[in-house]
Amino acid sequence: MNKINELFSKDLKVINMGLESFHKDLKSQDVDSIQMNWRPTAGGNEKMMALLARLKTKK
Amino acid sequence: MIKYDIRKNAYYDSVTLMLISKEIKTIDGVTEALVGMGTELNKELTVNLNLMTEQLNEISANDFYIAANVESEEVMTVVISTVDELLTKKKVESGSEYQPVSLNAALEMQPDANMVVVSIPGKYAEEEVNKLLDNDLNVMLFSDNVSIETELNLKQKAVDKGLLMMGPDCGTAIINGIPLAFANVVKKGNIGVVGASGTGTQEVTCLIDQMGAGVSQVIGTGGRDLKSEIGGLMMIQAMEALMADDSTDVIVLISKPPAPEVAEKILQLTKKTDKPVVVDFIGGDHSIIKSVGAYPCTTLEDAALKAVALSKGEVPEDFDGFAVENDVIDNIVTTGLSKMKPDQKYLRGLYTGGTLADEAMKMLGHTFGGIYSNIPLEPKYELKSLTELTGHVCLDLGEDQFTVGRPHPMIDPSTRSDRFVTDIDDEVAVVLVDVVLGYGSHLDPASEVATSIKAIRKNLAKKDKDIFVVASITGTVGDPQGLAESTQTLEEAGIIVMPSNAQAVRLVKAFMSKLSGGRYE
Repeated sequence: MNKINELFSKDLKVINMGLESFHKDLKSQDVDSIQMNWRPTAGGNEKMMALLARLKTKK
Repeated sequence: MIKYDIRKNAYYDSVTLMLISKEIKTIDGVTEALVGMGTELNKELTVNLNLMTEQLNEISANDFYIAANVESEEVMTVVISTVDELLTKKKVESGSEYQPVSLNAALEMQPDANMVVVSIPGKYAEEEVNKLLDNDLNVMLFSDNVSIETELNLKQKAVDKGLLMMGPDCGTAIINGIPLAFANVVKKGNIGVVGASGTGTQEVTCLIDQMGAGVSQVIGTGGRDLKSEIGGLMMIQAMEALMADDSTDVIVLISKPPAPEVAEKILQLTKKTDKPVVVDFIGGDHSIIKSVGAYPCTTLEDAALKAVALSKGEVPEDFDGFAVENDVIDNIVTTGLSKMKPDQKYLRGLYTGGTLADEAMKMLGHTFGGIYSNIPLEPKYELKSLTELTGHVCLDLGEDQFTVGRPHPMIDPSTRSDRFVTDIDDEVAVVLVDVVLGYGSHLDPASEVATSIKAIRKNLAKKDKDIFVVASITGTVGDPQGLAESTQTLEEAGIIVMPSNAQAVRLVKAFMSKLSGGRYE
């Protein structure tokens, strides 16, 4: 069975990254959902993000 | 005077802040205000509102700011305390739940997570979604402003790993009976849906529910999936999963007309299953769909009807009429026409759902003259100005032109409420609207429409005029807003509520044909 058909046979367990209202809607339906406190990498500082990305590719 | 409040490293989502901005503007002594994160877009908006200062140039997308044009220092104090109050209210509403900052921490809390809904600013999506796919997680990517190259890379990775990567700009999915983002409470059943169009998918699935049937899975692909560049990667991935799914007996595919080679690839795949496949390539060619043994459709409603018939083992038939007898429709039209004055001749379609607006224009064609739009069927009907409308007009208010700095009109109906005031003049005869219910949508969109129409009618009554208003509701009895309650609200405002967008458009077509037929031909 591929992973999508496996998903169809399981309970949905959600991580919500972004708009919190989507998480609240899921909670109100008793769906397992975790709201992430997402923030942009390096505070959205594009120079810093580019540097971090370079570090990662060098790993 | 223009005042500021800047807070470093305080992140809030854009929808929350746009709604707070709206509240702040209603405070006495505030002429203009913007509450937002220091993104480039917000800075631009701040310039446009004449609220810009050098201080703001230095802040980043991770810094929060308030900029307001206020009468006095005291008013600014009220602004700041109101913003704090609204932000605290939001915090209290979300409770004392711990919100992990990193994916690893989230996975520690939810080790068997199998779906991640991503609605962060589009430019950060590639990095985050790559991480999610690396962790074997299915993704629904709601964010827009993601490049087509990024979409292709992410989808290829998802296909290689056998995962779902729905989106970008995917607003609707129902997985294992759970509505995600903008989706309705639809009964469980044996119809599997793959949709490249959010409101189109909502309309089909709601009608399936209203017809007494249900859905197994509803998978979104994002609007660009069937373009040549992407090649239908996610629609094919989803179709294969539904073909292998024992709970799915009928498959429905919804999309605007695909690139020809992509249509060919998808239709060839339908030959590999015994399950009937219903295809609504909205306004597209029917012959190639028929040639592979699939069932083409004329409207979203027709797609739902055919899917439901097939799900019961019945032979599907084309539907292009009304759910009620023709004499009932004739009566509605005649009564409406009797209230029109000679100078009333134009149509205003004010839609929150883009696919529904598109379907309306395709169904109306040139019956009573061309229709101007921000999403026109032909370039010559592109609206030159969004502020001075002439002729027949049908708008998709969810498009970027209308949503800069404010949430989508399905979340915040004030965009449409404003357009009701500006767009309905003395020469307008007919107003056509959609009301989309379900999770993600506004708590009571029907009341917002009803309030606007009542105000318009009151004004028109002074000139001894009335207006013909037709609506359809995309919703189910299970939706938080309630289908019956929403219908009642609209009907109490004298709005004619039709059972589907297709039937609403057909009624408008009948009305407008008689209006122009009687007076202008």
